[in-house]
Amino acid sequence: MSDPTRMTAAALADALASGDLSSEQVTRAHLDRIEGVDETIGAYLHVSGDSALAEARAVDERRAKGEDLHRLAGVPIAVKDVMTTTGIPTTAGSRMLEGWVPPYDATVVGKLKAAGLPILGKTNMDEFAMGSSTERSAFGLTRNPWDLDRIPGGSGGGSSAVVASWQAPFATGTDTGGSIRQPAALTGSVGVKPTYGAMSRYGLIAMASSLDQAGPCARTVLDTALLHEVMAGHDPLDSTSIDAPVPDVVGAARRADVAGMKVGIVKELTGEGFAPQVQARFDEAVQHLVDAGAEVVEVSCPNFVYALGAYYLIMPSEASSNLARFDAMRYGLRVAPEGVDAPSAEQVMAASRDAGFGDEVKRRIILGTYALSSGYYDAYYGSAQKVRRLIADDFATAFEVADVLVSPTAPTTAFRFGEKTDDPMAMYRGDIATIPANLAGIPGMSLPSGLAEDGLPAGFQVLAPAMADDRLYTVGAALEQRLVSAWGGHLLEQAPELATTKGA
Amino acid sequence: MVDLSRDDVAHLASLARIDLTDAELDTMVGELGQIISSVEAVQQAPIDAVEPMSHPMPITNVTRPDEVRPSLTPEEALAGAPDSELSRFAVPRILTED
Repeated sequence: MSDPTRMTAAALADALASGDLSSEQVTRAHLDRIEGVDETIGAYLHVSGDSALAEARAVDERRAKGEDLHRLAGVPIAVKDVMTTTGIPTTAGSRMLEGWVPPYDATVVGKLKAAGLPILGKTNMDEFAMGSSTERSAFGLTRNPWDLDRIPGGSGGGSSAVVASWQAPFATGTDTGGSIRQPAALTGSVGVKPTYGAMSRYGLIAMASSLDQAGPCARTVLDTALLHEVMAGHDPLDSTSIDAPVPDVVGAARRADVAGMKVGIVKELTGEGFAPQVQARFDEAVQHLVDAGAEVVEVSCPNFVYALGAYYLIMPSEASSNLARFDAMRYGLRVAPEGVDAPSAEQVMAASRDAGFGDEVKRRIILGTYALSSGYYDAYYGSAQKVRRLIADDFATAFEVADVLVSPTAPTTAFRFGEKTDDPMAMYRGDIATIPANLAGIPGMSLPSGLAEDGLPAGFQVLAPAMADDRLYTVGAALEQRLVSAWGGHLLEQAPELATTKGA
Repeated sequence: MVDLSRDDVAHLASLARIDLTDAELDTMVGELGQIISSVEAVQQAPIDAVEPMSHPMPITNVTRPDEVRPSLTPEEALAGAPDSELSRFAVPRILTED
């Protein structure tokens, strides 16, 4: 039997079902891998080895008794630290929540537990999911397994990095403006932002409620689909959760047939602004889809040019409201202001928020406060909401002529640490191709399209109409089959071996 | 570049209940001006007569019967509190002398 950490979640599920491997063996192998390489990568904020092994043994016992188990039962998983977990600290990458152990599970976490997936730990992220590089975590950065001097993307850089460095077969993420898809692109993995409302937001520490969406991260399209199926579904605890059947994403990934499908290339998301090598990998991938029987059409979404502006007004506005809950009264950090006797609640609040929030979070809260302030509301937030409608209309028009839309996921490959930290707009522009989907609520996937000349992965994005998430998996799986065949194996097999620092 | 003064940012920070140091204020004035100048491009979009869209899906108010259901115990609810007393959250003084 091969090394369990090198197997896909689908293969692990098969090996567990047939008895070739036990969940305890699989979970232990991953914990050993974490012990061996995570000091180098920095992807886990908390490793919950004991509870993961206990769950693994429990699943093994239930399987031995012949119980009817979920098909992924016993396959271990990593969870983004923005999702609440009982018994495991949840910080959202912020000092504000350092050491906090939630009294309840996020609904998606409850679903993972109900399916019997041992939770290996919580993954690093930009503080409160604000960032595109995982340099903004209060607890240290995460490194890209392809090049340790480079970012793994963000805010879900921890989740994509554990998957890309064989420290978990799959992981959960959240995507507000691209935080699942952009890190997937930069690490050579697969990430999906489902239709808004397809997965519960209950227990996700909110950044921008009308944009935030949980989703799966994995190494293959099929593994992403298997996890999508576990996480999705209506939740009465989230009033924005969609009460409709989950599309058959696993069936779609297995089918992988694009013959006769119309694939729309979004004119505004190609060419200018995209690195030539990223564009070249994209063009080659499109040709693979054509070879597989898809028809290519060009579509125009003229209002996408305003998407970045609309997003960076709506997101901070909602964030400034959501993060008002961190007031040092009921949970989180409480700091007394210096030199004040018997300070008031307001003074404690202001001192705590200064001490607990990092620069990017403060910047976005203050930007949101500005955008929502009287006198500026119509000019900024009001205009942004109108642009949001134009973008949704652009998508609707495009989907009249195309079944799916495609583009490169990110304009460049992974950049070096510190390269964009002093220029917020340069950082924000990296999300140009992913943001429109969040504004409109439609689903999107990123999968690897190959390596650019710098030896780093480039991402290919697929977008589908709301509730047609299954189309992402059909197209993604068809493309993956052809690319893996052309590469002679999975792209991640080409990543440099990581030195083992201890343990295994 | 938007004309955003240091006093403006200090006022916004106080509205947002964040004490900023002088150094933070200095940095933030420049950065916010730059960001706002970039995002105000939304006003150039053809938005006359466009209905604003606050949410990607149509939202309806969701209600449920008013009945007792399992929830957190007082101990669980208070488990993360910075300070508590007699099964209640203890907070700094709310009323000031002003």
